[in-house]
Amino acid sequence: MAQQLHVQLVAVEEKVWSGEAEMVMARTTEGELGVLPGHAPLLGQLAEPGQVRIKLPGGEQVAYDVAGGFLSVSDRGVTVLAETATPASAAQGS
Amino acid sequence: MKKITKAMELVATSRIAKAQARVGASLPYARAITGVLTALASNARIDHPMLTPRERVRRAGVLLVTADRGLAGGYSSNAIKTAESLIARLQADGKQPVLYVIGRKGVSFYRFRNRPIEASWTGFSEQPSFADAREVGQTLIKAFTAGADDVDGDPGEDGVLGVDELHIVYTEFKSLMTQTPITRIIGPLQVEERPRSEAAPGALPDYDFEPDPEALLDALLPKYINTRIYAALLESAASESAARRRAMKSATDNAEEMIDKYTREMNSARQAGITQEISEIVGGANALAASGSEV
Repeated sequence: MAQQLHVQLVAVEEKVWSGEAEMVMARTTEGELGVLPGHAPLLGQLAEPGQVRIKLPGGEQVAYDVAGGFLSVSDRGVTVLAETATPASAAQGS
Repeated sequence: MKKITKAMELVATSRIAKAQARVGASLPYARAITGVLTALASNARIDHPMLTPRERVRRAGVLLVTADRGLAGGYSSNAIKTAESLIARLQADGKQPVLYVIGRKGVSFYRFRNRPIEASWTGFSEQPSFADAREVGQTLIKAFTAGADDVDGDPGEDGVLGVDELHIVYTEFKSLMTQTPITRIIGPLQVEERPRSEAAPGALPDYDFEPDPEALLDALLPKYINTRIYAALLESAASESAARRRAMKSATDNAEEMIDKYTREMNSARQAGITQEISEIVGGANALAASGSEV
């Protein structure tokens, strides 16, 4: 588990979250998606309303409700673009 | 007087810092969306209506960003002047300008001259939010899309007269002392396409798309335009505050100078009065003494 994802979650008005993570889970218009380190480059539109869950190295998880979002996976990491992103209630972790 | 202008100067100063912070905060998103669009445009060969210039441009939309309030030096009038020269240029090219105005100053300028405004928004020039930008963006995108099927002043199939080009006039924040109004074309969009051979290895990987690239582009482009408008609004807000700060600073300085000058004049008038009184009293006493000694 040496490899980690560099994740950025940016909303229009500010950068919401950034850091290292083990896995990013989100739902695109095509379906549920989990991104692990080494994932092929991908550009996806997130489902509306969508939730983005980021699994941290310690096993913890952060979740954000995202509106108008896009997901971009490149070799440099994962970027989630959102019009608005608000922290989701932590109790909902899957 | 001096206190009022001084207070406005301080308020404007703090607003500059705030506006600049928000410009900075919006940068990561702007950079990310530009990167995504570049990747998309370089990977997919698509002719999206929002990316291709129209063959015949009959109507050109002009979005002008001005202030809601005055007392900001030449801020609004400089922006209006730039817009006017753009409009003149468009007209010389045979294009009919369609005006969209943000800010009460710009609106009243065109109202007063009885010139038609297609749409206007006011009330957020100093502290724009993304929701404001989105509202403006939606109107513009709708007009731009509606313009696609217009034929020589005929509304075309959808029955709505749209625009074939979109320009934006806003004030660029260069520094605290200089803010210059500039014009930019935001429609059709110009996305930089980098041929893959020129790119550094690994910089432009082959992307998977979910959903297909066309649908993605459809969803992304309006957001990109909104982002551009939002960035323009933020810069204008910073410029407006900077212009107001400068105007208020010189007003404060002038007030100070005036207060100084009048205080000095008042003092010297008072001193002259006192001197005169003293010399009268002395003169009177001397006269009394002289007459008394004669008795």
